Amino acid sequence: MAQTNAIELRHITKRFGQKVIANDDISLDLHKGEILALLGENGSGKTTLMNMLGGIYFPDEGQIFIDGEEVTIRSPKDSFRYGIGMIHQHFKLVDVFTAAENIVLGLEGEKGKLDKSSIRKTVREIAERYGFEIDPDQKVYDMSVSQKQTVEIVKVLYRGANVLILDEPTAVLTPQETDKLFAVMRNMKKDGKAIIIITHKLHEVLDVSDRVAVLRKGKYIGDVETATATQQSLTDMMVGRAVSLNIDRPKAEKCVERLVVNNLTVRDKEGVKKLDNVSFAAMGGEILGIAGVAGSGQKELLEAIAGLQPEEPGSEIRYISPEGNEMSLIGMDPLDIINAGILLSFVPEDRFGAGLVGSMPIVDNIKLRTYRDHKGILADRAKAQALADRIVLDLEVVTPNTNVIPIRRLSGGNVQKVLVGREISSSPTVLMTAYAVRGLDINTSYMIYNLLTEQKMKGAAVIYVGEDLDVLLELCDRIMVLCGGQVSGIVDAATATKEEIGLLMTQFRREDKA
Amino acid sequence: MIRITKRDGISSLLSVAIRVLAVIAALILCLVITFLFTGRDPLRVITEMVGGSFGTTKRMWEFLQRTMILSCIAVGLAPAFKMHFWNIGAEGQMLMGGLGALILMKFCWTIPSLPLLILMALLAIVFGAIWGMIPGFFKAKWNANETLFTLMMNYIAIQIVLYFCTIWEGTVGTVKIGIVNGKAEEAAYHKGWIGELFTGNFNDKDYMWLVLIVLVVVVAMWAYLRYTKQGYEISVVGDSVNTAKYAGIRVNKVYVRSMAISGGVCGFAGFLAVSAVSRTLTESTADGRGFTAIIIAWLAHTNPYLMVIFAALYTFMELAGKQMASAFQLNDYYSKILTGIVLFFVLGCEFFTNYKVRFSKKHKGGAAK
Amino acid sequence: MSGFLSFLSSFSTTLTFSITFGTVILFGALGEILSEKGGNLNLGVPGIMYIGAIGSLVGALWFQGATGSLAGSLGIFYPILCVIVCLIFAFGMAMLAGLLFAYLTISLRTNQNVTGLTLTIFGTGIANYIGGSLGSVGTVRADVTSDAIKAYITPLVKWLDSLTDKFNLGSLLFRHGFMVYLAILVAIALWYFLTKTRTGLSLRAVGENTATADAAGININKYKYLSTCIGAGISGLGGCFYVMEYIDGLWETSATIGALGWLAVALVIFATWKPMRCIWGAYLFGLLSWFYFLVPGLFKGSDKIFQMLPYLFTLLVLILVSLRRKPEDQPPASLGKAYFREER
Repeated sequence: MAQTNAIELRHITKRFGQKVIANDDISLDLHKGEILALLGENGSGKTTLMNMLGGIYFPDEGQIFIDGEEVTIRSPKDSFRYGIGMIHQHFKLVDVFTAAENIVLGLEGEKGKLDKSSIRKTVREIAERYGFEIDPDQKVYDMSVSQKQTVEIVKVLYRGANVLILDEPTAVLTPQETDKLFAVMRNMKKDGKAIIIITHKLHEVLDVSDRVAVLRKGKYIGDVETATATQQSLTDMMVGRAVSLNIDRPKAEKCVERLVVNNLTVRDKEGVKKLDNVSFAAMGGEILGIAGVAGSGQKELLEAIAGLQPEEPGSEIRYISPEGNEMSLIGMDPLDIINAGILLSFVPEDRFGAGLVGSMPIVDNIKLRTYRDHKGILADRAKAQALADRIVLDLEVVTPNTNVIPIRRLSGGNVQKVLVGREISSSPTVLMTAYAVRGLDINTSYMIYNLLTEQKMKGAAVIYVGEDLDVLLELCDRIMVLCGGQVSGIVDAATATKEEIGLLMTQFRREDKA
Repeated sequence: MIRITKRDGISSLLSVAIRVLAVIAALILCLVITFLFTGRDPLRVITEMVGGSFGTTKRMWEFLQRTMILSCIAVGLAPAFKMHFWNIGAEGQMLMGGLGALILMKFCWTIPSLPLLILMALLAIVFGAIWGMIPGFFKAKWNANETLFTLMMNYIAIQIVLYFCTIWEGTVGTVKIGIVNGKAEEAAYHKGWIGELFTGNFNDKDYMWLVLIVLVVVVAMWAYLRYTKQGYEISVVGDSVNTAKYAGIRVNKVYVRSMAISGGVCGFAGFLAVSAVSRTLTESTADGRGFTAIIIAWLAHTNPYLMVIFAALYTFMELAGKQMASAFQLNDYYSKILTGIVLFFVLGCEFFTNYKVRFSKKHKGGAAK
Repeated sequence: MSGFLSFLSSFSTTLTFSITFGTVILFGALGEILSEKGGNLNLGVPGIMYIGAIGSLVGALWFQGATGSLAGSLGIFYPILCVIVCLIFAFGMAMLAGLLFAYLTISLRTNQNVTGLTLTIFGTGIANYIGGSLGSVGTVRADVTSDAIKAYITPLVKWLDSLTDKFNLGSLLFRHGFMVYLAILVAIALWYFLTKTRTGLSLRAVGENTATADAAGININKYKYLSTCIGAGISGLGGCFYVMEYIDGLWETSATIGALGWLAVALVIFATWKPMRCIWGAYLFGLLSWFYFLVPGLFKGSDKIFQMLPYLFTLLVLILVSLRRKPEDQPPASLGKAYFREER
């Protein structure tokens, strides 16, 4: 062979625990001077695979070759020594430091002195060579997300990386910033660097990459030259053929508007728009699915409805009770919602961070919803205990007891059963769930599907945020697709195809690209 | 190589065993040190150690009194610590409480005994609560660092007390108020002293009421934290602020309210110290016990009953040190060395209740999820 | 006019005392800044300063006792040697106390607040125990060492005094032992270290964002241990200075060192973790401690109110800093947190 590859992965397998195979016998090459897009749905194992190059994980089986030599990567330091620079989704920067200070952090300098002018000079050289816009003296806390990302990339270049791995770099960028990043990537390619970009936005793949490798459910599906690929062909590779799951979906009946959302806009703390003019209605008696790649605004949408996110002026969230009373939820915090008598239930994505108290046993976690029910100053106990017992019995929660062992120590499936059980126990009129079956086994997942359908039949408006398109298509009645904080389409689940949703998930509206 | 992993949980038996071992190890070290300093027969040392707290009836009352005041402060810290709010301002809260009690004792002694005592306690609680609410408010409002804030509040309180000690000084130039209502020839004699409610041997009665009252406070705090809505809210806020918000708990309100309670109980301890023990107020009425109580509250993991046990252990060591100091002609600060050693051991042993230490030769690849 | 002159003279006395206290506080605060910049909130500073104080006294007494016969033959070098030994003892003993704190909080991951408070109890106890026992041994004044530490250059003082007749600028600026100037030098050195060197940058990274520093390949434990121990050593010098300059190489069991130790903790906040701000902050705190000398009998108890001001100012700074949210003025972001990386 005339030219060795920058990186070769051979038969890499990585398991988490006994059951979960994150990467299953994956072999993949990265040529020198190419941009390889690693494409796949959430949970397809892209990040896990790359983390083995970055020294975060160590493969259970398989070999890694760099420039034709077999290597062992045990730590980020090792990875670095082999010239691999990984840019994670969560930046590792010190906020009160300048760009330059972050870039040289941890490097041995000459005589230990911090020679700021020479660092500045080198940073400027790198910036010029690849077309970055960077001010070495700007403090990180003053930077936009895209500027922080630039610092991260310059950091690995400053340290002499030959291979760059970017984990969903565009997830946090505006289209304009994305274009700039791609320009920089092309310059780096010209300079002979090899780049892997993890993404699930198809137009970006087509835009920037030379070759595409596709993973699906931990398996390597294949690779294609970007020049020969189309959005349709890539979607087919990424989502695969529709699989029948046989989820029971009784016909939605007597649907009434329960939650009407109009022009909902939400910004995060940095002022970045997370939801942009979202409008839809959730009906009592149906399951509304919400699809979208991770970080498209799902979390913010549910939190805004639950009273945990401040909405921008002009947003409207109306609640119509089964009796027909209308109420605006704008400006209400969760206690206001409870006090208004709205039976709104919410199964959040981050179970321990936002829905359960990990150090408390089951009963005390049930109390989170019932402790106010008792009159006087004492917190309710009996009701919570009875409810806990019922949930454990009905949902077959496996636990030594309900009032001693901290819930954190139960398995993920049992924890989720308790959370869902608690949330549906109040006979909610609105039930919102975010990734309710993430990390759960098949049986538990089906139990959760059935519980949601049961609520739907009781007339609740169920909002189901999911990531598995097969499930969304079989469980939900309608599916709303979010993309970049906007609604890119609402489809009828009975007639829609997987490809159709896949395309909606990855398509920004045209006018925003300009 | 040594591998350290976080424990998932620990059986209560093992955690008790680790602590008991630590205390025993510390006591042995104390014995060895005393032996080295004095060259006395170890048995004699042990006798003196135990004798410090249990040698005479008077010493037993002293032991109980000190244990109970320390417990009262520690229990006051429980709600703050339970919500992971670092209230290290107990010293100041207690002093302000003492000031509140003293004002009524000194100037309003004409009020009948029982109402006077109740008013004294109430004013002490209010003063302490205000002192606790201030840092709570600034934490809620602007997220001001509560550790440093409460720490500073201590010294402001000390200076305030010193100021009143100056303007109310008994003998000019002493900067001491002196015993209040202590002169038999005055009409105010024994007003505002808890024991005044009852006849008999004075000190013991005072101390007995003090012990009983603090026991009630301990049980009440335990019940408050365990059974009330507010207590439940404190626990949720302490574990996860986001979960609390999700459940409709207004976190800022809980901060201010709980700090009012925390400061109030510490202020009540100040009332007890003034009314039942010293009958005066000096800048050292708290005498560092506000800080000691922090250590005790921390070690007891916010369990009020355990606080009493740790407070008793601390007091035992303190009195043991004092007794040995006087028996072996060492100086008074000897007891601080001994209590320091015991605290270091008990603190250090927490590591083994939180982490597993294993020795393994093989480097294991991969990370478990 | 004479009233004004007597005011000036009491002003200069007050300033001299203020500088003495200020220097004690400055040493304490600088050591604490070094420790806190590495993320370790050491509330044991008062205890450490006590240990530094007793360490210096015991070291000086021992050395003077053991080598007194050499005094004549060494001449001017003997006091210098005494001072060096004394400083090494103060620094070393305080470092040992810091090592205890570091071991407990870094290796055994105990809570920093609680460990610091315990160290204060322990340090206060051990220092006063030894100090109190010194009386029964006999001679207790470390005269040679103390006099050497207090020594100043008389001609320089006289010359400047004669130039600035009524203001006694010479006495004000130069009638102090060398440690006053050493404290300022340490502050400047610390500023240089933290802002201008790579090691300083790494240390700040550890205190700000431990995980990021770890990922950048910085040895977290090494940095934390060293900053805590050296910081404790610097704080200990404050205790040494107090004993040798303010109380003349004697031991006096009083709560003053402890009070100055807490002022040092306050000063760190007041100076928003900046060594250069500490310099004037320390003298301001010192001045407030002695301010009542200037206006005696302003009202009864006014001294107590003035002495409250350092803490009150510190609180105001703390509130302002939280209010303005200027990132440079905030405490190090990882302050007080134990770091644990699960081994892979």
